[in-house]
Order: sequence, then structure tokens, then C-alpha cells
Amino acid sequence: MTSTYETPVGLPRRAVSIQIDGNEVKVSEGATILDACKAHGTDVPTLCYGDTLDPVNACRVCVVEVEGNRVLVPSCSRKVEPGMVINTDNERTRHSRKMVLELLGSSVDLSAAPLVAGWNDQYQADPTRFGESKTVKQPVKIDNDLYVRDYSRCILCYKCVDACGEQWQNSFAISVAGRGFNAHISTEFDVGLPDSACVYCGNCVEVCPTGALMFKTEHDMRVADTWDESVQQQTTTICPYCGVGCSLTLHTQDNTIVKVTSPHESAVGSGNLCIKGRFGFQHVQTLKHN
Amino acid sequence: MDLRFPKEEPTLAEVQALDAVLGESHVVEGWQRERGGAHLAADQRPHLLAALHALQNRVGWVSPGGLGELCRRLDVPPAEAYGVASFYAMFSMEERPARVVHVCADLACQVLGAGALLDAVQAECGNPSQTGVPGAWQPSPCLGLCERGPAILVTEAGDPAHEAVIAPAIATDVAVALRVGPKGLGAEAPVVAAVPQAATPQGAAELVLLKRVGVVDPSSLDDYRAHGGYEALRAAFAMGPTGVIREVTDSNLVGRGGAAFPAGRKWAAVAAQPVRTHYLVCNADESEPGTFKDRVIIEGDPFSLIEAMTICAFATGCEHGFVYLRGEYPRALEHLQHAIDAARDRGYLGTNVMGLGFTFDLTIVRGAGAYICGEETAIFNSIEGYRGEPRSKPPFPVEVGLFGKPTVVNNVETLVNVLPIVLNGGPAYAAIGTAGSSGTKVFCVSGAVANAGVYELPFGATLRELIDLAGGVPNGRSLKAVLLGGAAGSFVRADEIDFPLTLEGARAHNTTLGSGVVMVLDDTVDLPTFLRRIAAFFRDESCGQCVPCRVGTVRQEEALIRITLGPRSAAQHEADLTILRDVGRAMRDASICGLGQTAWSAIESAIDRLGALQ
Repeated sequence: MTSTYETPVGLPRRAVSIQIDGNEVKVSEGATILDACKAHGTDVPTLCYGDTLDPVNACRVCVVEVEGNRVLVPSCSRKVEPGMVINTDNERTRHSRKMVLELLGSSVDLSAAPLVAGWNDQYQADPTRFGESKTVKQPVKIDNDLYVRDYSRCILCYKCVDACGEQWQNSFAISVAGRGFNAHISTEFDVGLPDSACVYCGNCVEVCPTGALMFKTEHDMRVADTWDESVQQQTTTICPYCGVGCSLTLHTQDNTIVKVTSPHESAVGSGNLCIKGRFGFQHVQTLKHN
Repeated sequence: MDLRFPKEEPTLAEVQALDAVLGESHVVEGWQRERGGAHLAADQRPHLLAALHALQNRVGWVSPGGLGELCRRLDVPPAEAYGVASFYAMFSMEERPARVVHVCADLACQVLGAGALLDAVQAECGNPSQTGVPGAWQPSPCLGLCERGPAILVTEAGDPAHEAVIAPAIATDVAVALRVGPKGLGAEAPVVAAVPQAATPQGAAELVLLKRVGVVDPSSLDDYRAHGGYEALRAAFAMGPTGVIREVTDSNLVGRGGAAFPAGRKWAAVAAQPVRTHYLVCNADESEPGTFKDRVIIEGDPFSLIEAMTICAFATGCEHGFVYLRGEYPRALEHLQHAIDAARDRGYLGTNVMGLGFTFDLTIVRGAGAYICGEETAIFNSIEGYRGEPRSKPPFPVEVGLFGKPTVVNNVETLVNVLPIVLNGGPAYAAIGTAGSSGTKVFCVSGAVANAGVYELPFGATLRELIDLAGGVPNGRSLKAVLLGGAAGSFVRADEIDFPLTLEGARAHNTTLGSGVVMVLDDTVDLPTFLRRIAAFFRDESCGQCVPCRVGTVRQEEALIRITLGPRSAAQHEADLTILRDVGRAMRDASICGLGQTAWSAIESAIDRLGALQ
């Protein structure tokens, strides 16, 4: 897993001197360029990067220029090397970021990815410039009561696959299938989730950056136009079900739980839960009707 | 792993097909799975590609029942196996007729009339999607038969499965192939027909790497030895691993797959890695449209590749080698498999090579229709049984390659160069060619020339000399342009062909030799159609992993279609040209691998050098 979640015990790490946008900075050996940028207040946009997952560097929105490299490099996965000279914000990196935002924005519904609109302004990206063009638009997959899959919103960041597979849940219910623009997240032969290996832990929902995977409650409220994050409260508590003691963050709107997340910095589960912690909250709000 | 498998049952044919490739069923159940699961899975997963081929070859598609049985045996999650199978063009995830005719629609065949052939086939045999009994046909990317296009490949599932190619083909051939299948087709042209230089004593004398093609019997180890075979390996054993690496380094040999990385440096880096095991991968997945040299070498002189790989393995400490052979080469597969078996029988592969205690063996991994698997890290994922997506570099293959171990990955042509290097010494090899490009180079000359084929010349000949050697542009037509390096390469104009075909010469002329494709276009070629095919090729072959390439290749094709086919205002035309340049630049700068980075090169050069799309 990423270095953030390793125990802080161990040999001290050597400091490496690098240059970010003209400033000499020191960072720990083994850190990524993104780690270094974050530590020194340099803003780099990310989409497929997950703080609890190995970087897949697929979206390419975080690319930076490393002098001496023929092409731009993904800051989320590239480790710092002594003497690296990094440019995070020049015409070249801005062009690639703008194009990534335009290419994604023209093919995928990014309306539930909160930071994208701001980046579009920042990089002057115009996703409509391609006119009539191919998209991944498709009907929402609703085949269970717990979460929905709206692959019109999917940017193929691989995070759900990694969370479902060997990095966290080891269920292997989904994979990337197909190739090129037809690549998509799928179960075997696209069978519904009830016929797949899915255990409804919802850890894929936890890491999805664009709302392609969404609590059924959230989806229904969005369809009914009653979803309003501005009035929601978040309350972090401990899961009542077993002795592991995972942290739960209950999202409530009008005094009703509408979804459950888990803090990624929690040492117990790193944002992961099981079906009970993630989806087993109905008893809290149905009790009074008895 | 605790896996859940599809409820569909396999058919008897599917079970037998898997038995044949995996051995009798040994499904691990219950506690044994728990105990040995992870270990077992790691062992079994590399059989995935071969098992998928077995299902496809036997029943013509990968069914849910067949996939489930395969997953049970290999302990692979069904979703992952489905993700892998659906990655490759040769595997059908839907039931289709056992007999399928693949009609090449790619660049070299297009110059030779593939467009007209496809139209005629459509008229005679119906739509490609139509799955009428007894067979179906479909347009296909380059089949690597560019010297005699337009080409078709016929596959027929069954026990055993059959495959055959026809080139050049006419519409009637497709109709016959659909009706009678591969068994009823005539014999393929001899390999040596692809080497025009071999036809004259004077030309044959120039050949180094291709000298045995058409001369030796590719099925006979004795004949290979009678023509100098295994002398180089003997010499290599005498000089020792460091001696071999020294000669290869001194030879200045660089990789012939397109990237031109110094082979000696790569070998030395792997040899020096303390981590064991070391692996050797021969990249024989030549899928660049217009490339067919590796096919000719393997079909005509398969033992030379085995000997060269054994030398490389000896020098770099590899115990096992893999030849990743593209799936569309039935004759190359047959010849190479036979040669490997013969070499093993005679002690040239195995635990005691030539009685000298050196251990090395070879496995052929058959590709399944994915251009991207020729990328040096995608090839590892494919061999390991994963989707053929490129890995992020660094780490580089010399440190972390196949199965996470130090790996030498070289192209077929690069490897066979080692034979003359070891026999004659590195300095003698370096003396051939020019100061910046040593040795001989095999060029794949196709398109509008009198004698298409592979040509081997010392580095230094000009493009004009090569085209003249191939008989020039026939039928009184004039030269319009040359596509160098294939779809990932670039165009040069007819008035630019006097530069030497060397690495430095190509660089100075702002072009690339790539894998050695020289595709000649005469004035009859329809450039917009040709460019749309290039764009469609990259759209089809993008693996889909990174955004610039996955979406960029689609937007590139859309803009190209609008520019070349739509009635457009000048302002719209300009806007689409800007889109092409903007998207192209982002693909070049921000894609993960060479596919995306070069997906715009040829189209860019067509605009800037040929004045296309104005």
C-alpha cells in the first residue's frame, strides 16, 4: 500500500534534494513527486490517484515535466530522485492537463466529480469543442438495493477494481474488460452483481472519484432532486456490529442517514468497511415506526 | 482464493480442450485451496492465454461455461479472466461460426487493393457482422503478409483447429474459404518468395541474417548445422558470458524493434543484477502495419533464433526464455514449435545444453491479436496472464521485468544479429554500416513497388537505392510518398528520398526507421482514406488504460473523418486541424507508452510534409 499507511517505525529516511518550479526542496527518499508537491504547497490535480491504493497513473491529469525526460511523467507514481528538476505548471503541463480534462469531459459525465469544474476554469478546458462525439453514455445499472453503477460517469481509474481485488477486499468481482474506448468495468460476461462475487462491502463506492458508483439512497435522492450536500451533516462514530471497531462517518440529511463512509486515515480499516458497517444502518431510522 | 464461478457448465469439447493444454483436471478444492491457493494461483496464471486459445480453437468462442471451467482449474477469478479474454481481438466472447475469414484492411494491403477486395467480399458474402452458417468474415488489422497483399487469414475451430492464409486474395477466395474452410485452400507460397535478393547469386551474397532463408530446410536441425548452425553458440561458450557481452557491446548493435536501445548495455544491466531468476523475452509480436521481417526469419530459419536466444541467455544468466509470437502467424508458429522440440530432443535446449551443463529452455507464447502486446512491458503482462497493458517505467525491465525479475527483452531481428557478432567479433560487426549505425538492417518493403519483400542491406543505403533495389514504382506510376516505420512512423515526400537509411540519417531528416517499414505509395493512393485507416488502427489498438490515448485516438479519428468526408466551412476546418494538433500533442506528451506517444506522428507528418488535409 502507499507509504502513508506504513507504520512510522523503521529506519529514518534520507532526504533528497529536488527542485520544484525553481524552488530547492528536500523530501524523503521514496516519496513520489506528488507527495513532494503536497508537502511544499504545490497544487497538482489528481483524478485516478487514491490515497489508500497503489497509483495506477491512468488519468494523466497529474503529469509534470521532469527535465531530461522525453515525455511528461505522472507525479502520482514517479518517485523523486536526487537532483530532479520538476516543472509542475508550465505551458506544456497545462496543455496536457487541459486536454485530459477536455477528453474526459467530452466522453464522461463528470458532474458528480466536485473539483473538475474548477479545474476546467483553471486550465481553460472546453469539453464541448469536439462537437458531436463518442461518449460512454449508457443506462444506470440498478441490480441491487445497496448501490448503483452509473458507468456514464466512469473515467476508468481502476480504483474500484483494485479495492475489490488484491489491494483490499480480495473478492475479485469486477475487472476492466474490453479494450481502447470500449474498455469498461465489468463482472464476468457482465452478469448482474447478485450473480457475481460481489460481497457488497461498498469499498469500491468509497474510492470512486466521479460518482459512477453510488449509494442507492444517494442515487434515488439525486433522481428526485432532493440530494443536498450543503445541508448534510457528517458524524464519525464507531461501527456497532463487531469487535474490530471500524470508524464510520454517517452522512445525514434531515436527520436521516443517507450514506456511510469511513475515514481513510483510520488505522483500523483505511476507509474500508464490510456490508454491515457500510449498508446496515436501516435499523437506526426504522426503529421508531414499531 | 475463495472464488465464485459461473453456474454454466462446460461442454465435453471444452473440457477436452483444456485437458489437452493443462493436463487432466486437477481442480483444487476445499482446504487445499485455502492452504495452497495463493501459491497455486501464481503458478497457474501464466497458462491463461494458452487456455483461452485452446477454448477458442476448439469451439470458436470463449463461453461462460468454458471460462468458468478454465477459472476453476487455474484458480483465476472469472471477472479477471473475462477482462483478459475480452482484451484480445482473436477471442470471441459471443458464439460465432467455427469458420472465420479475416480480411486484411490495413495499410500495405490497402495500397494493393484491400478496399476493393472488402467491397467485393461484402457484395459476394454479405455483411461482416452477419453470422450466417457456415462461416463469417471480418476486416482485420495487418496480417503481416504485406509483400503479397491483399491477404486473408482463415481460421476454423475444431479438433484439430485449422488455419491458413491466402495472399494475394480475391473475393472468390473469401467465398471459397467460407464454404470449404482452410483445409480446402492451396499451399502457401514458399518463405523465400518474400526475400527477392535470394533470387540472384549476387543478391544472395549480400545477405547475412537472411542468408539461410530458402537455403536450409527449416524443419531440419542437421541441415541448419550443415549451414553453419550452432557454431556461434560453441564460440559463445568458449568466450564466456562476459566475453559475449563485450562483443555485443563493441558491435554497437542497437535494438531493431524501433527504440534503437544499445543491446550490449541492456544485456550487461541484466547480467549484473544480483536478483535471480533472470528471464529472456523475444518480442516476435510484430504487429506494426507493414512489418513482416520477423515472420520471414522465423519461418525460414527458426533455429537461428533459438541459437541466438541461447547465446543471449548464456550471457545474461537467463534460465528460461519466452518467444512472444503474434497470433496471426500460423506457419511461423508451426516452424518454431517444431524447431524448439527438435533442439530440445537433441540437447540444444534443456538442462545440459550441448553437454556443457548450461540450462536454458524456451516457451512460445502465442499472442491473440493485440498490437499493444509488442510494447516491452505489455508483453510481460500478457505472458503472465494479465491484460496486455503497458506498465509504468521506471522501474525498467532490466530491473523489474517478467514476473518481477530482471528481464532481457529483444526483438527477433536484434537477437539474430548476435550470431554474426559472436562468430566474427564485435569490432568486425561494427565496421559494417556507418559510424552511427552498425551492421545490416532488414527492411520490409511493401506497397507500390515491383518486388515487395524483405531486403537486407548494410546501414548506409539511401531510401532511393532501396526503392530502386525493389524494382521501383511499377506500371508507369510515379512515387507520391513513403511511409517509414509503419503506422507509428512518418511520411517522407518523393523529393526527400535521397537520405541514408541510418539512425542518424533518419533523425537528421526528422523521421524514423522504426521497425524497418518502407511502405511505398504511388500517385493512385487515396491519402485521406489511408490516413483514416491509420487513425482507425490506433483507435482499435489502444489498450484503453490512459486517457490521452483512449479518448485521444477516438477524437483524432473523428476530426479526421470530419475534415476528409464532411462538407465543412473554412472555420470548422481550421478548428478540426487545431483539435488534431492539440490532441496529438497531449497524446505524445502524456500517454503511458509508445503507442499513444506515436499515434499522431504519421498524420502530423502527412499534414506538415505532404500537405495533406489542406
